[in-house]
Amino acid sequence: MNAEPLLVIDDLVVEYPAKGFGKKPFRALKGVSLDIRPGECVGLVGESGSGKTTLGRAVLGLAPVTGGSVRFKGQDISHLKRKQRRALSDEIQVVFQDPYSSLNPSLTIEQTLAEPLRVKKMSAADASKRIRGLLDQVGLPANSADRLPREFSGGQRQRIAIARALALSPELIVCDEPVSALDLSTQARVLDLFKDIQEATGVAYLFVSHDLAVVRHLSHRVAVMYHGEIVEYGDGGQVTSAPEHPYTQRLLLAAPVPDPVRQEQRRADRRRLLEAQREMEVQAGV
Amino acid sequence: MSESASTPVPTVAAELRAARSHVGRRLLKNPTGLVALIVLTVMVLLAVFADLLAPMDPSKANIQDVLAPAGGAHPLGADSAGRDVLSRLLFATRFSIAGALWAVLIAAVIGVTSGLIAGYYQKWFESVSVWVISIIQALPGIVVLLAARAVVGPSIWLIMAVFGVILSPAFYRLTYTAVVGVRNELFIDAARVAGVGDASIIGRHILSVVRAPIIIQAALLAGIGIAVQSGLDFLGLGDTNVPTWGQMLSDAFSRMYQAPVLLIWPSLAIALTSISLVLFGNALRDELERAAGKPKKKRRGTTGYVPDTSGDAPVVHDEERADDRPTLLAVDGLVVGYDQPDGGVKQVVNGVSLTVRKGEVHGLIGESGSGKTQTAWSILRLLPAGGRIVAGTVSFDGKDLAHLSESAMVKIRGRRIAYIPQEPMSNLDPSFTIGSQLVEPMTVTLGISKAEAKERALALLGRVGLPDPKKTFDSYPHEVSGGQAQRVLIAGAVSCEADLIIADEPTTALDVTVQADILDLLRDLQSDLHVAVLIVTHNFGVVADLCDRVSVMQNGRIVETGPARSIFRGPRHPYTRSLFDAILEDGAARGPLAHSADRNTITERSAR
Amino acid sequence: MLRFILRRLLAGVILLFVASSLAYLLLYLGAGDIARQILGVSATQEQVAAKAAQLGLDQPLIVRYVDWVGHAITGDFGASWFTSQPVVAAITSRLAVTLSLVIGTTVVTALVGTALGVWAARKRGAADRFVQIVSVLGFAIPGFLIAIFLVNVFALNLGWFKPTGFVQLSTSFPGWLSTVTLPILALSIGAIAAIASQVRGSVIDTMRQDWVRTLRSRGLSENRVLYKHVLRNAGGPALAVLAVQFVGLLGGAIIVEKIFAIPGLGPVAVDSTARGDIPLVMGLVVVTAAIVVVVNIVIEILHGFLNPKARIS
Repeated sequence: MNAEPLLVIDDLVVEYPAKGFGKKPFRALKGVSLDIRPGECVGLVGESGSGKTTLGRAVLGLAPVTGGSVRFKGQDISHLKRKQRRALSDEIQVVFQDPYSSLNPSLTIEQTLAEPLRVKKMSAADASKRIRGLLDQVGLPANSADRLPREFSGGQRQRIAIARALALSPELIVCDEPVSALDLSTQARVLDLFKDIQEATGVAYLFVSHDLAVVRHLSHRVAVMYHGEIVEYGDGGQVTSAPEHPYTQRLLLAAPVPDPVRQEQRRADRRRLLEAQREMEVQAGV
Repeated sequence: MSESASTPVPTVAAELRAARSHVGRRLLKNPTGLVALIVLTVMVLLAVFADLLAPMDPSKANIQDVLAPAGGAHPLGADSAGRDVLSRLLFATRFSIAGALWAVLIAAVIGVTSGLIAGYYQKWFESVSVWVISIIQALPGIVVLLAARAVVGPSIWLIMAVFGVILSPAFYRLTYTAVVGVRNELFIDAARVAGVGDASIIGRHILSVVRAPIIIQAALLAGIGIAVQSGLDFLGLGDTNVPTWGQMLSDAFSRMYQAPVLLIWPSLAIALTSISLVLFGNALRDELERAAGKPKKKRRGTTGYVPDTSGDAPVVHDEERADDRPTLLAVDGLVVGYDQPDGGVKQVVNGVSLTVRKGEVHGLIGESGSGKTQTAWSILRLLPAGGRIVAGTVSFDGKDLAHLSESAMVKIRGRRIAYIPQEPMSNLDPSFTIGSQLVEPMTVTLGISKAEAKERALALLGRVGLPDPKKTFDSYPHEVSGGQAQRVLIAGAVSCEADLIIADEPTTALDVTVQADILDLLRDLQSDLHVAVLIVTHNFGVVADLCDRVSVMQNGRIVETGPARSIFRGPRHPYTRSLFDAILEDGAARGPLAHSADRNTITERSAR
Repeated sequence: MLRFILRRLLAGVILLFVASSLAYLLLYLGAGDIARQILGVSATQEQVAAKAAQLGLDQPLIVRYVDWVGHAITGDFGASWFTSQPVVAAITSRLAVTLSLVIGTTVVTALVGTALGVWAARKRGAADRFVQIVSVLGFAIPGFLIAIFLVNVFALNLGWFKPTGFVQLSTSFPGWLSTVTLPILALSIGAIAAIASQVRGSVIDTMRQDWVRTLRSRGLSENRVLYKHVLRNAGGPALAVLAVQFVGLLGGAIIVEKIFAIPGLGPVAVDSTARGDIPLVMGLVVVTAAIVVVVNIVIEILHGFLNPKARIS
């Protein structure tokens, strides 16, 4: 069995320099550790400011790492030079949240998808063939290639972004809230696409989302982030239905259930939980 | 999520091609742009072929011809030194235009390069650039040029080169802003992750964005270049051996009392060129904006527009309990449309009917583009520019709000119908304190004193769960968090004791844990104040948490309506059912990684 | 707020120092044989050398610079090479004239520009097109061309105003007004165009802000929201444009003063430039730079007053 993890994040610290002299830098990640196995989907859930997006960006080399390490297949990739980083483009890829700003509005879909292929010096004919294959893989018609992003809906754009990520057959895709901007029904279809692609190609995902239900649907394991730290990490079903950490418990009960009867129940549960946690805090304070 | 933000997706093939066709080609179809371009082309041709066209040497003076009238050997007359005006005008065109272009070229090279570097790499280069620009702009351009002239002498090329340096911040700022804007776009990050190098990113993704604005800026600056160059020559500081429009103007001005007609030609040349340059720039900008989907201007729609309200009647669920609460709001056959540039109307709400009873919480649920927010705004009569109620009635308390005068509507808003917006941070005026924004509407709508309003505002801020009402009252909007801002907005909505609150996605922009708190607050306030709430949302959880009744919207229509519990128990319309099917909350977790996936990876990889 | 003002003042002083130092060094480095220029070609070599020594030009540049800075701090900018009149006297006697013209123009510009901009933003349609045409003409046509046109029409043909001359503001206000009306009109059209289109744009943008809808939903009338809230928010960008326009007007005044024969800084600037009278040119550079710095500080304080976020940064 393949026990060797694909990606190992160890005690990672990311600090953004503060604006103005003499001010403390902002510590977005305070020593985060995480690992992803080949073909696995690790969900990363948290609220705004928890550092979940920063963690994804650190893996991609887009955030300033000031401590700890990110090892991909044993190699530390946290402080690569731009050129070395570029060489990693066929190993680690990305799908961003905003389907509107993640595609250059003035480039056709073909031009956007060809970009990574050109970097790898693929011939025009091969690239064109590959692009057709990619469009087919993400369920877009072949004639999409010479259109502009504005002609597509949010869900379709996200499929294009997925196709771009798949172009170089990476082993890991960082997905930063890839379905958060989508409508409910579109969201379900795009999530299914993610699942199908994973089952077909064995790519691993670091799947960042604020939505516990989305993460639960797709992830083998789930990590919960809070104030720049991972507070709970484990089996997806376990973390998302019977969490142990007080914050995860609060997070779980905060999301309203789409059923008036059960929501009434959950509301009562949440009130009790908050009450109990407050009491514990008071006791800990004394 | 808000419908107003979504641009219509064009479907007609011809429209697509038009949008993609080159802006330059479209410029030729723009009447102003075409005329400006023709004038500029003629000017450039005159400048280039001045040698061939000029009847005489522009500098040859003839004492006998001093101030000779037009006609004969001098088609446009002669100037104060007896030089031929037409010949001078042609050569002046050459030198004036060349001087302006020279300055613009220098400005563009300096400004664009430094703007690209400062914008893309930032760091120290950016700080240095900012200082250099402040120094350049610490002086009026004319004064710097005068100082330069005092040193370098009257050479037009040297002076215009200095002017190019003075103009370069305009290009710098334009490029810098565009680069910083694009740099933070996700597609730049995606390109970097895809392994694209910096040079390629700047060339492909950034230059393509700033190219057109640079051309516009160049046209405008060329006009300024001509003005300044003429101005200096007019002051008599230029090289008298080089004929320019400014030289001619200076000469004519000194003889204004004897031969005022001499002023006409250089003035006309300067005005015509400058206006053409500005019009060309404006036309190019208009075409760019239009290519980006912005309609140029909005015309009032034809009054004879017949609204389309076809479609199936909604599925109505029976009431489960007898509800004898009187109807507060009854929307009937509401059609909302936006006037289009071609005179047509784009319908976004296609005949919505719904009723809200006194003290009831009614959920209006739908996906983006379904028209739910438009419906909410039209009840308040606060549609964005160009939008209007095309048909239907909005009965509230015996009045039809759809046909009420604006001044009567002002009395309804706040006092009778209040509003909670979606984005907490963008819905407070950044220039006023939170307190003053709460006090002002209360003094206006309730007619109470400022002191009384302040007391009430403080009490309300405490009521909505803000820990330090006094501090929040004195804060500016940028000093509070999103969750706090939403509490402030809720306080504002209930401050004037309205009977109906329209809440447009009041928790969508918030974190889940904050959302739960805000939902609790809304529920508490609603039951305390017995106020009716129409809540617009896309989240079935929110509906389940708060609503007595629900209406489901799709494509500007209501497809299903009834008591919340009944609809959650058995959705009947296919669209509602498809929405329920897409809900993930009840789905099973994916479970731990199956081993087959690992093997799959290995075989896949090695096969390639 | 006080700290904010002090910081701006300090930055302004540094800027003034750097800009004038740079100007000094560039002017003297660029200048040729100054003594020869002053005395003309007929002077003997000895006379030229004596003149250079008298002006201190035989000293190294850095020594002269330090000397100049030392005197400039005490308000002594030397004397003109050609008239021997002290630079400070030559400038101050004329500064008030130019400032009265420029400030008058700025006030007219701010009032008319704002009114036109708001009018166009509110009424759109015909009002909008009118303002757009005015903007194109005002932006495109140089002020001195407008001035020449005004002199021809209103002074020479119609005889409503005297074509040239100037009455001091301190002598008689109506007299001043009648002599500056045409110059102010000539100078202000371009600036009004810039302010009007900026105000129009920012008012339209601000009216689209979410909080405008929210304030109206509380029962405030559209006019109240416009005049109290929207204008205040739209004021920031308009002030920035006004600052730029003021600097431009200072330059434009030099040309317009020549047309109307107004005894302001314009004639001094033109004469000293044409003759290469570097002490006087230097004095003008410092004075205008100081005015620009002061105006920018005033504008920034106004901006901080309008926009609370600007106060902290």
